[in-house]
Amino acid sequence: MKIATHSPGVLEARLRNIRTEGRKILVPYITGGLTGWVDAVRGAAANGADAIEIGIPFSDPVMDGPIIQMASEKALRDGATPNSILHELRTIDVAVPLIVMCYYNTVFRAGHDRFASTLRDSGVVGAIVPDLPLEESTQWASAADKSQIETVMLAAPTAPDERLPRVIDRARGFVYAVGLLGVTGERAELATTAVAMATRLKKITDMPVLVGVGISNAEQAMQACTVADGVIQGASVVRRLLEDGPDAVATYVAQVRAAIDSPIASNR
Amino acid sequence: MNAKPVPTELLTPGADGRFGDFGGRFVPETLVPACEELERAFNDAWNDSLFRSELDDLLAEYAGRPSILTECHNLGAQLGIRLILKREDLNHTGSHKINSVLGQALLAKRMGKKRIIAETGAGQHGVASATAAALLGLECKVYMGAVDVERQSLNVFRMKLLGATVEAANSGSRTLKDAVNEAMRDWVASVETSYYCIGSVMGPHPYPFMVRQFQSVIGKEARKQFQALCDGADPNVVVACVGGGSNAMGIFSGFIDAKTRLVGVEPAGGAAVGRGTPGVVHGMKSYLMQDEYGQVQEAHSISAGLDYPGVGPEHSYLASVGRAEYPSVNDQEVIEGFKLLARTEGIIPALECAHAVAWIAKEAPKIQGQTVLMNLSGRGDKDVAQMMTILGDKLD
Repeated sequence: MKIATHSPGVLEARLRNIRTEGRKILVPYITGGLTGWVDAVRGAAANGADAIEIGIPFSDPVMDGPIIQMASEKALRDGATPNSILHELRTIDVAVPLIVMCYYNTVFRAGHDRFASTLRDSGVVGAIVPDLPLEESTQWASAADKSQIETVMLAAPTAPDERLPRVIDRARGFVYAVGLLGVTGERAELATTAVAMATRLKKITDMPVLVGVGISNAEQAMQACTVADGVIQGASVVRRLLEDGPDAVATYVAQVRAAIDSPIASNR
Repeated sequence: MNAKPVPTELLTPGADGRFGDFGGRFVPETLVPACEELERAFNDAWNDSLFRSELDDLLAEYAGRPSILTECHNLGAQLGIRLILKREDLNHTGSHKINSVLGQALLAKRMGKKRIIAETGAGQHGVASATAAALLGLECKVYMGAVDVERQSLNVFRMKLLGATVEAANSGSRTLKDAVNEAMRDWVASVETSYYCIGSVMGPHPYPFMVRQFQSVIGKEARKQFQALCDGADPNVVVACVGGGSNAMGIFSGFIDAKTRLVGVEPAGGAAVGRGTPGVVHGMKSYLMQDEYGQVQEAHSISAGLDYPGVGPEHSYLASVGRAEYPSVNDQEVIEGFKLLARTEGIIPALECAHAVAWIAKEAPKIQGQTVLMNLSGRGDKDVAQMMTILGDKLD
């Protein structure tokens, strides 16, 4: 296993602490700009989220399945912009780290340095850019480093063994293990790749490893946490926000929290 | 005046997949290994004489290459220019798309893939993909914007006849850009067994380069044929329509080193080069129609095949260095161009190519006496029903 050489930022330090305390990490995803999204963020934070991922909606979200596509389109129709979402984020006083998920054109259009400093000024500590792979990430990563924005890198099941250490080297905050071959969305069963991917990564890094994409309910979160340090849940959270509003998000987060805090998940 | 000399050579992008500042490989991590594998497989195949001769045989005996040149004596006289068409409309399946699809389908087989995915706008690339899949025994899934499924129903039926599955893309603007999104989502999920057969010189590296290489047969043939027709001279102007830009790159590639003006005609409602700014979508950095926050704007064109807010990165490069120019024409001018070629030459062009005709008609007073080579990249049969609705009994 390789010990990370960078000094952990706010996000990574927090996640490492949680792990040291013997708990699992829960990161819900919420599409910014949706009706009730600010209350959903507060509800998630109050009910056991360890960090929260805020999606900045994009017109062409190629990594997202139907639910998050629908949420993005709806938020955009309602007039959400990166600026409006980041502006509202400043007013949310929650005690957990905030991470932004956005497609690269949002960053590129704003300008790397400007976007990174806007994130910092909005109280954001991490960023996930799902269509910016390692080879294209240099400019953004250095701008993000300068603004103390931790850039989470994705590790996919298709990556050969020699690639993973290079991806991990550039990762800050945590390593995002892509749980399956496919886009975001709920699945009936947890893909076997989810645990397999977490296992591959845990063998080679001491950074927190969180599994995302296709973690669809409390049961699957628990299964993934038998190996992973935690989970990211997107579509199952956003669907509840779309269908039943922010209170349903709070209830759901509490339910997943309870599941991954149960002895089955934490005593591996 | 340009300070830098205008390039006279075709670029071969390096590992970073760049044409100048444009191109690259902006894909989800899941697809990076697949793009790398494809890059290796293509380079290997392209340098393999067996692969090349197998492809050449298919192009000759199946697609019907070489395509001929046709001089438009009537329209040329009317416009005061010498107008010559490269007849890609006469290829099997009715457009230039077959050139790239046969190459890509052969490559897919060589890579051991059993299934190909394609996106389509007008349906030409979808039909070509379905055709190649039928010929080579591959499964084929075509994504098409729901709006395009409606306006190109004949091509939808054609694809189904050929054994392909057609899925309507109902997200976003429900046109070509959304069909690309859906195809990429499919590919992310099926990357181990499926080959993504991109229809234009767009997408992540190596697609823009690879598709250009497959389409370069147009330019190679056309240069030789034109010189034979015109006592060894090159044309003054080469014109092609541009959506993603594969037919244009195909013919431009043969004339980069000539003293020929290269003109890519964009639809006014989808003028990525003409009115766009640099952006990143569909795996590439290129000119893009977008708002101030980088949201991709919807293109609007009478022709489904050009209804695309982006453009292949090599066109962005050629525009940025001043080697090619990218004017646009509006839908009304396109309708006139469509009728003009039909009435004067007895050739019904695809609505996409009618953009090139429209520009030539408009530009004619400024290029009197010049030789103009136009890539007629597709035939208009697929557009007749749509034009019947638009023109109705206004035809006389």
